[in-house]
Amino acid sequence: MNLPVIIKFVIDLLAVLLLALGIKGLSKVKSARDANRLAAFAMSLSVVGLLSYYLGTSGIAIQSWIWIIIGSIIGSLFGAVLAKKVPMTSMPETVALFNGCGGMSSLLVALGVAIFPISSGQENFDFFKSLINEVSISVSIFVGAITFTGSIVAMAKLQGWLSTPGWTQSKVRHFVNIVFAIASLIAFFDLINGNTSSIWLLVIVSSLLGIGVTLPIGGADMPVVISLLNSYSGIAAAAAGFVVDSQLLIVAGAMVGAAGLILTQVMCKGMNRSLVSVLFGGSLSAQSTASSGSGEYTNITSCSVEECALTLEAANKVIIVPGYGLAVAQAQHTLREVTKKLEQNGIEVVYAIHPVAGRMPGHMNVLLAEADVPYEQLKEMDVVNPDFPATDVVLVLGANDVVNPQAKNDSSSPLYGMPVLDVQEARTVFVIKRGMSAGYSGIKNDLFDLPNTSMVFGDAKKVLNDLIGELKDLGVGEK
Amino acid sequence: MSFISLLWVLLLGSLLGLELIGKVPPTLHTPLMSGANAISGITMLAALTLIVKAEGNVPLLIIGSVSLGFALFNVVGGFFVTDRMLAMFSRKPSNKK
Repeated sequence: MNLPVIIKFVIDLLAVLLLALGIKGLSKVKSARDANRLAAFAMSLSVVGLLSYYLGTSGIAIQSWIWIIIGSIIGSLFGAVLAKKVPMTSMPETVALFNGCGGMSSLLVALGVAIFPISSGQENFDFFKSLINEVSISVSIFVGAITFTGSIVAMAKLQGWLSTPGWTQSKVRHFVNIVFAIASLIAFFDLINGNTSSIWLLVIVSSLLGIGVTLPIGGADMPVVISLLNSYSGIAAAAAGFVVDSQLLIVAGAMVGAAGLILTQVMCKGMNRSLVSVLFGGSLSAQSTASSGSGEYTNITSCSVEECALTLEAANKVIIVPGYGLAVAQAQHTLREVTKKLEQNGIEVVYAIHPVAGRMPGHMNVLLAEADVPYEQLKEMDVVNPDFPATDVVLVLGANDVVNPQAKNDSSSPLYGMPVLDVQEARTVFVIKRGMSAGYSGIKNDLFDLPNTSMVFGDAKKVLNDLIGELKDLGVGEK
Repeated sequence: MSFISLLWVLLLGSLLGLELIGKVPPTLHTPLMSGANAISGITMLAALTLIVKAEGNVPLLIIGSVSLGFALFNVVGGFFVTDRMLAMFSRKPSNKK
């Protein structure tokens, strides 16, 4: 072993260690920010290690430097600008976009190696080795393409650019996706047989498969899809590691893959659905049409903002249940103003966070942190559920399925078995909602019919603004 | 590196990842995801390797450069956005009684 090899070995080892510590730290609130920086440092270290290795051995041609610099500057610049500019409310689609680009990178690396095989130094042709090479390239392309198109579709759906087309909810989609899957298998075997041109077939059909699998998935299932795609991007990186023979890529990719899987599992548990049913079951609405889930509301009580303010003023304990609607209305800051007023009046306020509220894992936590809500006030479902009977007022803001009592009471409901927040146990429930439209799942919410539930109709932000005015008139929060 | 030892690396890396994360508080679900996401941009090393070994093959240089761009977009954007989120979490609540 010569010096450059030793240096690279040491740097790689250090980078892996720091990345592992970074991931570990990211799962603790106290250390998370430093851990993120540590991971970023480890990544830059690994680049230095790789470049110094090539400088010390084969050298790097000027031409290569030029292309390295072009690619780095453009990529980093766009990444940094987007990361700085993007509003916190569009975090789910931003994460999806970043994720897709990681997949695209793996895809391109594999494609490059496949079209123009790099001289690896070993001249003697080894059948076993070339087989492994073909397999790694195929896997890298397959997973990379699915990650890319899947993430882009997820992003487009989250942005509202793309709705769920009707045909994707019928059985046709299974047929279509199976055709894509078989076609990619054929392309894969053809590629191993030495037919290089079938690589394009693989690229196309795996891209289509990514679209076909993600398109039918409903918005409420988005947290699962996003974390699963995140896991895929790790697998794609690991596969690229096999292509270019890099242990560092394999370890880092495997760790990301594992992290994504854990999150996916947490999300599935939060909905009491299996991964298989999320991926192949389509959106819940398709299942609900036939069941007793749909029905007419018989006992809706609607009330004015003023009544709501009066009830809030008299309360001792208030629980806020935020959902995706709060993010859409961008009402987190207004909500914070309301709760500040209540707190100044000595009213205890906590936020009940359902594990799958919003469109990505932890969506509500990010949203409320942006509005300066101390995270001690955010309570997990299991912690907060026993508190509802002792709660005076619950404010449901843009959440729907996660507060549907059907999930507990009605075994014929498609939601049955999903863990929900027991808001109906509280004395009074206010649901702030634009209209009587059903939730994302399209299922009737029995909560709205209960006698202790009142609907406050209107856009969340406007209602909350009015609420601030009413509270002011009542003298709440004035010292 | 032989294929078999690379498989070992894969296996141990996965186990390490599962072991390291274990239980994550919900507050950190998004940052963990976007942080891990940034790490998956480690494919930038593969892209760099491609460019260095291209030996003047222009199409390959371009593919490598585009791949590097995508990876760095993922890495830089991912880490920045995660830091922005975590900065919000660590912010001291101003109105604590």
